[in-house]
Amino acid sequence: MDEVFKALADASRRSLLDRLHASNGQTLNELCDGLAMTRQAVTKHLAILEAANLVTTFRQGREKLHYLNPVPIHQIGERWIRKFERGKLTALSELKRQLEKRDE
Amino acid sequence: MSKLEYVYVTYIETSAEKLWQALTDPDFTERYWFGHRVSSEWKPGTRYSFAKQGANSIEGEVIAADPPKRLVYSWNSCSPSDRQEGTSKVTFDLEPRGKVVKLTVIHDELNEAGVTFRNISGGWPMVIASLKSLLETGRGLAIDVPSSAKEAADAQT
Repeated sequence: MDEVFKALADASRRSLLDRLHASNGQTLNELCDGLAMTRQAVTKHLAILEAANLVTTFRQGREKLHYLNPVPIHQIGERWIRKFERGKLTALSELKRQLEKRDE
Repeated sequence: MSKLEYVYVTYIETSAEKLWQALTDPDFTERYWFGHRVSSEWKPGTRYSFAKQGANSIEGEVIAADPPKRLVYSWNSCSPSDRQEGTSKVTFDLEPRGKVVKLTVIHDELNEAGVTFRNISGGWPMVIASLKSLLETGRGLAIDVPSSAKEAADAQT
């Protein structure tokens, strides 16, 4: 679990996860496109995310595709969210999402 | 890749044989798949279904079954909201890595606009976390499904 928190404690890595969340299964080139990061930096961040099992890669022909793996994040949630809180928390985050929509 | 694809990976402290049993045995699935019992002969070309209280929630055909390494089946939701959406495909890959087994679940051939696509994105992590918990601690997760995700759970579980 330490690895997951360390991997998430970086804005660049979170933005890479955001990009995969928006469109799953991207190549390194696609992920680098439009980012203010060098290719080397992106490669390094992806390696850290992969080591934390937040990103999974598959080879498809010559291409290596990156996928967001949300399972470790879900496990963090399970650890501290009690059975009957889930519904209320979902309602709260939905409320927040609706109210803040313009900022997304 | 024309169709959307989801990939989930988790490492479970168990054996591949036990994990295979957990994926294919109704007494096991009932404990982590939120009360749903699976049934099939687990031979390619045969049918399978997930059912709760006698009503099917998911059904399809076994595409490949290579115990304890690989299981592939087609996926049709029986819930009224998304049954028209057609068939998608689920693949389980089990890979022993020392004391743990790497479980990869791939759900693909999904309809992008469809309900299934939205539903599984929340459902699989829930089922996989519960499966991991059952195999490692002997208990599945008791999850109270949020009302807004009720539909997702109906399709998923």
